[in-house]
Amino acid sequence: MTQKPLRENRKFVTVSGVPIKELYGPADVNIDVEQDLGQPGEYPFTRGVQKNMYRGRLWTMRQFSGFATAKETNERYRFLLDNGQTGLSVAFDMPTLMGYDSDHSFSEGEVGRCGVAIDSLADMERLFEGIPLDQVSTSMTINGPAAVIWAMYLVAAEKQGVSLKDLRGTIQNDILKEYIAQKAWIFPPKPHMRLITDIFAFASKEVPQWNTVSISGYHIREAGSTAVQELAFTLADGFAYVEAGIEAGLDVDEFAPRLSFFFNSHMDFFEEIAKYRAARRIWARYMKEKYKAKDPRSWKLRFHTQTAGCSLTGQQPENNIVRTALEALAAVLGGTQSLHTNSMDEVLALPTEKAVKIALRTQQIIAYESGVVNTIDPLAGSYFVEALTKQMEEEAEAYFRQIEERGGVLAAIEQGFFQQELADAAYNYQKAIETGERIIVGVNDFVEENETLDIEILKIDPQIEIEQVKNLTQLKESRDNRQVAATLQALKEGAEGTANLIPLIMDCVRAYATLGEIVDVMKEVFGVYRERPVF
Amino acid sequence: MHQGKRIRVLLGKPGLDGHDRGIKVVARALRDAGMEVIYTGLHQTAESIVAAAIQEDVDVVGLSILSGAHMTLFPKVAKLLREQGADNVVLIGGGTIPQDDVEQLLAGGWVEALFTPGTPTTELVEWIEKRVTGQKD
Repeated sequence: MTQKPLRENRKFVTVSGVPIKELYGPADVNIDVEQDLGQPGEYPFTRGVQKNMYRGRLWTMRQFSGFATAKETNERYRFLLDNGQTGLSVAFDMPTLMGYDSDHSFSEGEVGRCGVAIDSLADMERLFEGIPLDQVSTSMTINGPAAVIWAMYLVAAEKQGVSLKDLRGTIQNDILKEYIAQKAWIFPPKPHMRLITDIFAFASKEVPQWNTVSISGYHIREAGSTAVQELAFTLADGFAYVEAGIEAGLDVDEFAPRLSFFFNSHMDFFEEIAKYRAARRIWARYMKEKYKAKDPRSWKLRFHTQTAGCSLTGQQPENNIVRTALEALAAVLGGTQSLHTNSMDEVLALPTEKAVKIALRTQQIIAYESGVVNTIDPLAGSYFVEALTKQMEEEAEAYFRQIEERGGVLAAIEQGFFQQELADAAYNYQKAIETGERIIVGVNDFVEENETLDIEILKIDPQIEIEQVKNLTQLKESRDNRQVAATLQALKEGAEGTANLIPLIMDCVRAYATLGEIVDVMKEVFGVYRERPVF
Repeated sequence: MHQGKRIRVLLGKPGLDGHDRGIKVVARALRDAGMEVIYTGLHQTAESIVAAAIQEDVDVVGLSILSGAHMTLFPKVAKLLREQGADNVVLIGGGTIPQDDVEQLLAGGWVEALFTPGTPTTELVEWIEKRVTGQKD
């Protein structure tokens, strides 16, 4: 060993750099048990959104998955369902996420690489072939072109003979965190917000069981934020959607019950649990007191969790199984409604079937072997957990005030506020690793010299792109192109006016207009977003 | 040729990939190490990156790719640099790139070095300084 072990140099701070005391006692817990904790399933939901939590129903085990073409991904979905997975979660490739067709020059080399390629309704039908859409709940990680992809899903369900009223699932549709963190935007904020409120209005009448936004802290955390920043920025985004819905003339209780959340679970076990508990309490209070929601369903913060991709290491990748298990356990103890566990190889490539299976089994072991599901919110009353929950709540409030002072979320985005906060936090995290203040096993300590990798890596065949483009060309030749042009023209006129765009987009989709064609029409009217990068 | 001059580095995100945490950390680390850093921002084409590299007269171009499109994008940028007479520019990169692909890109001469997740920024700084000032190990 040439390198001196760093482990003697320990500091007692969370993964977010928050100092932790040696011992917590009653004096650290400044809460009113009745008002601040309450009962499970009751306001302010600190102890969980359901009365019986996992005794009633376990969380949904939902592995995010998608690669190559709709055919390959359909096979992976059937594999996961056969192995006891209980919900689907679609990963799209970069061109789809950005609203480009597979034959666009920007799509070269990206088709089917980090998700499945969807160009038109034909691909969507293929993706769910043999999977009755009234029998599964489907989550789709799609933001910029969310309205279009959702319309494709709705029409695919229609074609299966399934009523829209029976569809269950989620579209991520969280454009604010795209500007803040994930960076897969298309239009400027205003028209994007309009599309989102159009979705709220359409879903509340036609697709009542659908979660219309998954307000996402996951990507904010992956982009480098601390736990408190994830908590505060995500909830601030949530408030911005509520305000947009109210401004669009909707009653808050019409759409708020269908808002859901998506959080990260990073390595600091108790900090994560405290984060989820604080999130529920803050959301309930704001929804009831500030936004005057009357329906208790509007007060409930329901959330999906994904273990932290950014906590995984390329070094000694099998260790990632252990990291993921700890993170998954924190999510369960924090009361998550659904969970994705990362596969050990995801830092290197898309996961292999074997790696995905271990990740799913990790959830099953927590659910069926560990005993943690037997009682509700088992960490409530822990001096440490309650103190940390309260502290995170107060720190989030401080961020809300800062955002308010900047003129709200959209103004703060324009000022680069969130982006700079994230860049700073990411840099501090990296520095802490490089100075050895933070130990990452296998990376800066417990390093194996000349490590060679002996796990299998999933390869995407470059032939996929050629095939996808060929199918797209055939589609464009075989469909009724006059119908395509007419529906696109109607969409354009709708976009120029104030019509709800969802039915118009569904008409384009039915005519097999492509994702890129539909997005281009809206780009003509709405323009495109450009970021001023900060680092 | 660059004795006494600050090392100039262009950092680019080619393609549609929006993962910019890594490149921003690298940008800051290189800047803190005294280099001049130009960051292109997201969603750049190979053409726009090469044009910027030539216009800014940089010593090094660093690409960050986490979308799996590395086998297409590195060769594309490398070829364009050569075609436009900028083959003195050092091309490096980073991202989620499996080992087999790393070896293939290095062996093909498309890129001089690839820094995958877990690489300390100090290692990167040292590599660039040695390579640009022509010092040997």
